[in-house]
Parts: sequence; C-alpha cells; structure tokens
Amino acid sequence: MATLDLDRRGLGGIAPPPEEVVLAPGHTPATITDKITAIVNGRTPRWWYIAFGLSLLVLGMFTTAVGWLFWKGVGIWGINIPNGWGFAIINFVWWIGIGHAGTLISAILLLLRQDWRTSINRLAEAMTLGAVACAGMFPILHLGRPWLAYWLLPYPNTMGLWPQFRSPLIFDVFAVSTYATVSLLFWYTGLVPDLGTMRDRAKSRVSRVVYGFLSLGWRGSIRHWNNYESAYLLLAGLATPLVLSVHTVVSFDFSIGIVPGWHSTIFPPYFVAGAIFDGFAMVLTLLLPLRAAFGLQDMVTERHLQAMAKVMLATGLIVFYGYLIEIFFAWYSASNYEWFMMRNRIGGPYKYFWLALILCNGLIPQLLWKKSIRANVVALWLISMVINAGMWLERFVIIITSLHREFLPSEWGMYRGTLWDWATFIGTLGIFMTLMMLFVRFLPMIAMSEMRTLTPGSGSHGAAEEHA
Amino acid sequence: MTTRRSDAIDYDDNIPAGHHDEIYGVMAEFATADELLAAAHAVREAGYRKVDAYTPYPMEAVVEALEVPRSKMPLVVLIGGIVGCLTGFLLAYTTQVFIWPWNIGGRPYNSWPAFIVPTFECTILFAALSAVIGMIALNGLPQPYHPVFNVPAFADRASSDRFFLVIEAVDPRFDRGEANRFLSGLNPSGVSEVEL
Repeated sequence: MATLDLDRRGLGGIAPPPEEVVLAPGHTPATITDKITAIVNGRTPRWWYIAFGLSLLVLGMFTTAVGWLFWKGVGIWGINIPNGWGFAIINFVWWIGIGHAGTLISAILLLLRQDWRTSINRLAEAMTLGAVACAGMFPILHLGRPWLAYWLLPYPNTMGLWPQFRSPLIFDVFAVSTYATVSLLFWYTGLVPDLGTMRDRAKSRVSRVVYGFLSLGWRGSIRHWNNYESAYLLLAGLATPLVLSVHTVVSFDFSIGIVPGWHSTIFPPYFVAGAIFDGFAMVLTLLLPLRAAFGLQDMVTERHLQAMAKVMLATGLIVFYGYLIEIFFAWYSASNYEWFMMRNRIGGPYKYFWLALILCNGLIPQLLWKKSIRANVVALWLISMVINAGMWLERFVIIITSLHREFLPSEWGMYRGTLWDWATFIGTLGIFMTLMMLFVRFLPMIAMSEMRTLTPGSGSHGAAEEHA
Repeated sequence: MTTRRSDAIDYDDNIPAGHHDEIYGVMAEFATADELLAAAHAVREAGYRKVDAYTPYPMEAVVEALEVPRSKMPLVVLIGGIVGCLTGFLLAYTTQVFIWPWNIGGRPYNSWPAFIVPTFECTILFAALSAVIGMIALNGLPQPYHPVFNVPAFADRASSDRFFLVIEAVDPRFDRGEANRFLSGLNPSGVSEVEL
C-alpha cells in the first residue's frame, strides 16, 4: 500500500483516484468561503433546534444532578470504601482521552504534513475543548468539598499551604489546565483568519462587530501570515509533546500507586494509544452526522474516513496488545496479588464488563481491516459508537476490578453506579453536545484559510497540482 | 508612517471626501495567486520597499518575493519556554525545599525527578502563551481600524479569494501617479487608491 502511494505521489505522476482526494475537484477559494460561511450565515436548520433542545435537556439533567450533589455530598454516588474512585474518575479519564484526538489531528498531523487533517482539524479541536471542559469537572465534583478546588493551585495563602509537587494528582492539575489552555490558544489562533472572513461576510451589524472584535482586525497581510505561520507551527510543536504528556500524567495517577493492576510501566503508552483510539471514534461519531446534515461530502471525503478508520485500527491494535500484555505481566510478575487481580478481572464478579471490553475494543474494530466497511458511513459510525462505549468500559474495568479486591479480603467490596452517577455522566454528554451545537452554528466548522491552500493554483503546499 | 497618518487626520476635517491629498497607498487587485506572485517580484525589482501583499491564505512564495524578514516568533517562544521552565522548577523547588518542606517516604526535599512534570507543563504553557501573545503583538493586533478596508473590493473579498498588493505612500520612491501607472501595468483586475 505504501509503495503504491509513493508511486502515485512522487514517481509515476499518475493522478490520484477520486477516493484519494482531500477536496473534491472544482473547488476554488471562493467556493470554499461561500460554502462554509453559508453554514453559519444561512437559516438555522430545523434539526439544529431539535438537537440543541435535546442537548439542553440533557444539560439540565447535569445541573440537577450536580445541584443535588452539592446539597447532599458525594454520598449520593455509588463510591464507597474500597471503591473510592467510581464514575467520577472513570468519566474524567474517558473525557480527557477523547480530547486527545483533536490535538493529534491538529498538531501532530500538521507536523507530519498530512493534508487530510485540514478539513477536520477545526471540528476536532472544538471537540477537544468540549471534552476537556467535561473532564475537568469530574475531579472537582469528586473532591467532596468542590468549593475548595482552588486549594489545588499554587498561590500564597494565610494557611501557609502549598501543593505537594511529588503527587501525581498535582501533576494532573498542571497537565490538564495546561492542556485546556493550550488547546484553546491553538484553536483560537487557527480561527483568527476565518473570523476575519466571517466579519467580511457578516449579514448584520451585530455579527460584524462581534466577529470583527474576535478577529482582532485580521487583514491577511503577508507580514502577518509570516508571523502567524511561524506561531502556528510552533504551537503545533508544543502541543505534540503536551498531548502525549497529558494522558501519561493521567496514567501516573494509577501507575504510581501500588494497587494491583495499576502499578505497571505499560500504562503511559497504553493510555495514550487508548486516548487516540477513542478520540478518533468520537470525532467520527460527531463528524459523520454533521457531514451528512451540512452536505460536506466534498470536503470531508472518503479519504478522510479511510484515514481516520486506519488510525483507529492501528491504535486499537496497540490497546488490544496492551490488554494481552497486561495478562502476561500479571502472570510473569509472580506476584500473588497481581495474578489474582487478573484472574478476578477475567473471571470474577465483573467478568462481563471485561468480556464486553474485549469485544468492543479488541474484536469489533477488526472489521476496519475491510476497505468496504471503512467506506460505509453507517458501519463506521456504529463501530465508532462501540469504541466509545468500549473505552468507557476499559476505564471502568481498570478502576473497579483493581479497587474492589485489594490486598486484604477484609477490604473487599462491590461497586455500582447509582442513578445520580448515571445522571452526572450522561449529563456531561449534554454539556458536550450543547457546546458542539453552538460551535457548528456560530463558528466556521472547517478551517477556510487552510482549505484554500488545497485548491489547484493556490501556489501553496498541499495544493492538488503538486501531488498529481 | 505614524506622523503622516496623524497629519492626514488633521486636514481630514477641512477637505471633502475624495479630495485627500494624503493617501495610505495604491492598491492593485489580482484574481490569482500566480499574478500576485509575479507582481510581487516586479514591484520589488522596480525598487519599491514599503510594499505589502494581502492574501486569503498563507503564501510563502510571496513572503520570499517581498523579502519579508524572518519571523522573530521562534525567539519569542524560546524565551517564553525558558522562563516557563525556570518558573515551573523554581515553584516546585522553593515550596518543597524552603517554604513547605515535607518528608515523603524519606525522599529528599529536592526530589527533582518528581518536579519534572510541573516543570514540563509550565514550559509548554509559557511557550504557548508567548507564541500567541507574541504573534498578536508582532502583528500589531488588535487593530480596530486600518485604511486598506476603505477599498470596497478589499473589504469584500480579501479574506476570501482575491489577492492584493499595496505600495505604501511612506515608500521613499512613492509617487501617486507613477505608482498607479506601474501597478496598472502588472495585469491587475483593478487598481485603487487607499484613503486614509
């Protein structure tokens, strides 16, 4: 496959077949502007009101659940001793992992000059921001006294207290807050030229002023582009190690502890691969319906879907390898506790969770080997939903199967999520969907200035004629 | 540049619109990237120095044609990163060694391997902030008003699909008639004077 691509790109000079293009032929800078600004400037489609209304309803469920949590305390959740980390930490890890695909697409694929990232990076970055917003809430809600969350920050105070910098939980505060900030900066920097376009295309004075204000008065001067391109590339270079560090740090929360099943050096790479696996699944979950709703098949082509499916397949295999090697390590460690944990994970009270996890993350994604399945939008969407569920199960299995059978039988106990656990978890989907709906309605969901470089005759890198 | 502009504002009040003596420059509009690139080379060869191009997407070839100096962004980001690195490490070091020392499992107060994570995160945070703030500052943004938007074709299409080249009035070789004639000879789809 790789040699074939090489032939097409560099040696043979053969035009790529239609399914390989990242932008349908016939597009010019003007048609790109028209199409993408029309999504924002046109009439609001009816389905948007329905979707937004539903998202707000689910968001209402979140505020209710959290309101009750603030009133009563974490006792309304299913957490207990020994299962001190229940849904809150499962959801935190799940959401923060989902965010990773956005940064991977926007930063790492930029550095690797993958031109298929261009039409999906804006949406993926917005997804990152939504996911990090959801993730960031859980550790705070889990604190028990969430109004004291600011104690986690290093600031001089009358109590004379400072954060404990040797603790992975403080690492988390630094990693997640840096990640949220840098993701926002990266996303906003990418948006600035497009906000200038939105300003010039605004239909009303209010929107012209708002977009104009946000665009900082961007005018596309070549001197500006010179600094801008440099800054954008540097941000990509900074975001790349950052995104790898974030899930590594999240995995430290587990692997620095001595709990059987957590105390493992495999955690950082295996968490990062899982994050990208799940993140791509979430991008597809969002992108496929939006692509159909807004008729974006000419910009998000089959090439994009094929490429994303392949990334999911590859990272999924890394994750699956992680599951298998964990079993090997547990046996090879010759530690009674590790080996008991693993046998209990596979055959204990939570065995169906583990089986479902292997099915969702290990077996079903293997369907992606088949090109016709990667090209089938419905199948791809269903598989990505299965992976989303599978990755949530993975975090459940890691956290609960380790905690519910710790070293001494006297500290054993079962865990189950209560109604309020579920309401909080599903409620964050409401936050996420609300943010995504607002994003697609009010901001250009595809990076116009970058898409223009893909048109023939643009004289930029990535233009179609250079590949042909 | 700034003195000329403030001069112009002084007599803006007395002179009716369309009769400015002072202009920002002369602007040519091009339909394609190739035409702009050719024009950028030509204008540079003709000896103009205060020239700017406006494109709807980044074009490195035009940057080179106009001999725009290398961006200072890498230096700004490097300094930001170094400051962040020192801040992160010193924050952990001073609090854990001097201000709030705790014996955690017999580890030394300066347990620097554990401080790598906050140090790293602060490095990235400061570098990223300096990249964005530096880019905005080096570009002189935010800028609520700029004369180029006075040209209707520019305000309409510069951010979408048209390419513009401006010879600014501050150029030592600038002559209004000459600049008009010169730009008209570069096969533009339109030439207009940019009012201040």
